[in-house]
Amino acid sequence: MKLHVVRLIVVVLVFVGFAMADYATAPNAAGAVETYDENGQGHFLTARRWSPYVAGFGIGVLAWLSFLISNKTIGVSGAYAKSAGMLEGMVRPKSREKAYYKRFTPKIDWEWMLVAGLIVGAFVSATTSGDFRVEWIPPTWQAAAGGNAFARWLTALIGGMILAIGARMAGGCTSGHGISGTLQLVLISWIATLCFFVAGIVTAFIIYRVIL
Amino acid sequence: MFSRLHSKRRVQLFIGFAIGFGFGFLLQKGWVTRYDIIMAQLLLTDFTVLKVMLTALLTGMIGIHVMRHFKLVELHPKEGSLGGTIAGGLIFGVGFGILGYCPGTVSGAAAQGSMDALAGGLPGILIGSWIFSELYPKLEGTLLKKGTLAKPRIPDLVGARDWVVVSTIAVLILVFFGVIEAMKL
Repeated sequence: MKLHVVRLIVVVLVFVGFAMADYATAPNAAGAVETYDENGQGHFLTARRWSPYVAGFGIGVLAWLSFLISNKTIGVSGAYAKSAGMLEGMVRPKSREKAYYKRFTPKIDWEWMLVAGLIVGAFVSATTSGDFRVEWIPPTWQAAAGGNAFARWLTALIGGMILAIGARMAGGCTSGHGISGTLQLVLISWIATLCFFVAGIVTAFIIYRVIL
Repeated sequence: MFSRLHSKRRVQLFIGFAIGFGFGFLLQKGWVTRYDIIMAQLLLTDFTVLKVMLTALLTGMIGIHVMRHFKLVELHPKEGSLGGTIAGGLIFGVGFGILGYCPGTVSGAAAQGSMDALAGGLPGILIGSWIFSELYPKLEGTLLKKGTLAKPRIPDLVGARDWVVVSTIAVLILVFFGVIEAMKL
């Protein structure tokens, strides 16, 4: 039985290996906007784009590290709830008595520092690869909805509000459930991730194929 | 083995920042901090987002289970109910489709100059988190308690060994990659 599993894995790995080699030699074939590294002689750290498999592998290694050296799991959305709580606490000290903040104390913790690091890391990656640019409207949106920055801003604001309410109800987001939960084989994380993408795909199709 | 390190609060905050730095760096390099790439995933014309996520899941899953076998790490399965997870997951997905970023990538997008993420998405997420904290007393004992599982992990629920589930998922992910690469997505 075990031998069958091993054989199957080897066959699949060889197949995927060929597919990936094909992909790497024809970077535009994936429908990508640009090739992975067209800086020519540039260092890979300053390349504009890495293969999604390389980026994903790196994130997997970060998941190992957070378990091993911090006894933590990578998760992002909770840090926003803590930030909202800290802001509300500054404006209205009485809010610290709210049931939610009693259960999830708003303070700077490991996850909050993770998000702070995330912002700096993305900024460093973008600036060192010449990828940083102030952009008010993403090209995909502009092509379908036109150049009204206010419309895109309002859409993003409303989308963010809905997303955050959902993340708190589900107890995680595409990082906490989608990567950290699924890799621990937690059933509700698999269900949550499926719901994220099913509802996301339906919503995107309604926006781009029906409304716009 | 690292339990002394785990209890050092200041060092841990620094490690959290360092791991976050790597995470943001990789999300930006993987191009998933872009609205266009995320919407292309949700419109099923480009699979960059799922390639990144599933490779991270595959790598993480194998490594964590090997380390767990050698008693180097302990798991932290999320606790939650089916009701809260399904309702919240679907609401999150609607917001995901409207915003075009998720909580991690919205911060990364803001850091690379996407103003819709910085001025729209981020304040929206803060407001939404606040709204939830107001709704929490009403939801706590009702929806968020509907359908709790006795055991959180799939191997325990189906009565299979960890390695059977891990290798099944690994094979399925590799087959999925093979299919989307063959379809040039």
